[in-house]
Amino acid sequence: MAYTQQKPPNPETSGQLRARIPGWGADLDPKDRPAVPKEQFEPHPYGAEWDFPDRQPEERPRERSIEHEFLTPVFGTSCPPHGVSGVIRRTAYQRYSEGRAAHWLLLIAADRVDALESTLRSFASRHPDNPVTETGILSEIKHHGLRSRRGQKRADLIHQPLDPLIVAAPWIIAGVLGYRAVRRIRRSQGSTS
Amino acid sequence: MRAMVYRGPYRIRVEDKPRPAIEHPNDAIVRVTRAAICGSDLHLYHGMMPDTRVGMTFGHEFIGVVDEVGPSVQTRQPGDRVMVPFNIFCGTCFFCARGLYANCHNVNPNATAVGGIYGYSHTCGGYDGGQAEYVRVPFADVGPSPIPDWMDDEDAVLLTDAVATGYFGAQLGDIGEGDVVVVFGAGPVGLSAAKSSWLMGAGRVIVIDHLEYRLAKARTFAHAETHNFTEHADVVVLLKKLTDRLGADVAIDAVGAEADGNLLQHITSAKLKLQGGSPIALNWAIDSVRKGGTVSVMGAYGPMFSAVKFGDAMNKGLTLRMNQCPVKRQWPRLFEHVRNGYLKPSELVTHRIPLEHIAEGYHIFSAKLDGCIKPLVVPEAA
Repeated sequence: MAYTQQKPPNPETSGQLRARIPGWGADLDPKDRPAVPKEQFEPHPYGAEWDFPDRQPEERPRERSIEHEFLTPVFGTSCPPHGVSGVIRRTAYQRYSEGRAAHWLLLIAADRVDALESTLRSFASRHPDNPVTETGILSEIKHHGLRSRRGQKRADLIHQPLDPLIVAAPWIIAGVLGYRAVRRIRRSQGSTS
Repeated sequence: MRAMVYRGPYRIRVEDKPRPAIEHPNDAIVRVTRAAICGSDLHLYHGMMPDTRVGMTFGHEFIGVVDEVGPSVQTRQPGDRVMVPFNIFCGTCFFCARGLYANCHNVNPNATAVGGIYGYSHTCGGYDGGQAEYVRVPFADVGPSPIPDWMDDEDAVLLTDAVATGYFGAQLGDIGEGDVVVVFGAGPVGLSAAKSSWLMGAGRVIVIDHLEYRLAKARTFAHAETHNFTEHADVVVLLKKLTDRLGADVAIDAVGAEADGNLLQHITSAKLKLQGGSPIALNWAIDSVRKGGTVSVMGAYGPMFSAVKFGDAMNKGLTLRMNQCPVKRQWPRLFEHVRNGYLKPSELVTHRIPLEHIAEGYHIFSAKLDGCIKPLVVPEAA
């Protein structure tokens, strides 16, 4: 026990475990563990023949961490910054290092703005956002939503009701702003007529 | 091509996107035959990871067939069946040359603290992922490997992250013969870590979670003792009692950023995004491991700060070991374990979802419906 020198015995011996569990002890020797030691020097693994890779062309200005000396030779081109969210993202990258909370808080804020911008933009496209299909909420019916929760001691059930609020909040905010804008326009039209 | 596209927190859809193009001489384009949804994809889906942009395609666990290669690619050719590690890495920078493939310095302009990961926000490099019909694979000579003829596709896709990461987590624990190992989290990574702990010679493996169906899987797949933390007033006291007040020799955090068990921690991180992650499992690991013990962390956290009980870790003289898994480094040994039948990754798969229905797949996985442990995604072209 903890208050004397001896560690309490395990319920099963190594021999019993080896007999019961396929592969028990196969990697007992650390030499058989591929991540041991942590650093293993091998300068050109897997056919990599370059010292520094060719540079991927920078087709448009690519944001980067100010902790880097230069743009890395290879980078993703999934979603270039755009709109108001893009301005926020560029500010986060240009002004703050990864060590500053402002960097990450601005990027999270940009994510929320991006979602709102994109949803509004979608209404002017042939593919408007559809919260029913995009949340997959109909799977609650097809995949036993009630049975998966009823009678279960699940710690997540207490906060799951917040999820619809998180999804709905931008829609509610957009609806309120839209309603106010329409009302303001109507009032101004009424006062001028 | 058809691809999963992020539309905002808790919202995704499938859209037509341009087929990816060769952007670097060592790129390949891979036609995806199987992808998976990872527990860490849910952090993106829930809007937790900074710089997750609308329009991005997620998916860092995938296998496929090489469709096109860039002019400098030597070792891969069209038609090769390949498995692709979730790490994007150059192979020759300071870190890659030392085997730290998850920490490559040449592939992520957006951050120096994390390497490149397919479909995992711009914080991880801004690469589209494999929950699509096609995906761009940089450094085709370095990352992807041929799938052995004898290996099942579902085993292969789980080796691109979940099972490799679990196995890596057990190694981080520096497990010795007879050690008591406690694993927090019975998702695919935790189950793999628990199973792998036996390979390293553990004397006892205890798995903690709150989902009964996953704990049942931990008993059959990983031969572990299990405890549902919701049935105990204090899981740390439980673990002390189970170990004769000593504490476990090794504690493994296989949960990461959206851990449950403390409502304040969960709300401030997963819902309000005021922390990089909810460190409940990590704090339980720190408190339940014995003094001088080792805490292994491969549960994923965001780059912001988290309320970790660092004082206890210091006062107990703990060794904290962590990293994203350098997947390809694990493969030769993992292939042996799969071939010998010591690990059977495909036993973790519970759902196979057509790409067109991926929004429902994310909800099933996120809300833990239908006994979901590991959902695979099947593109129509596959």
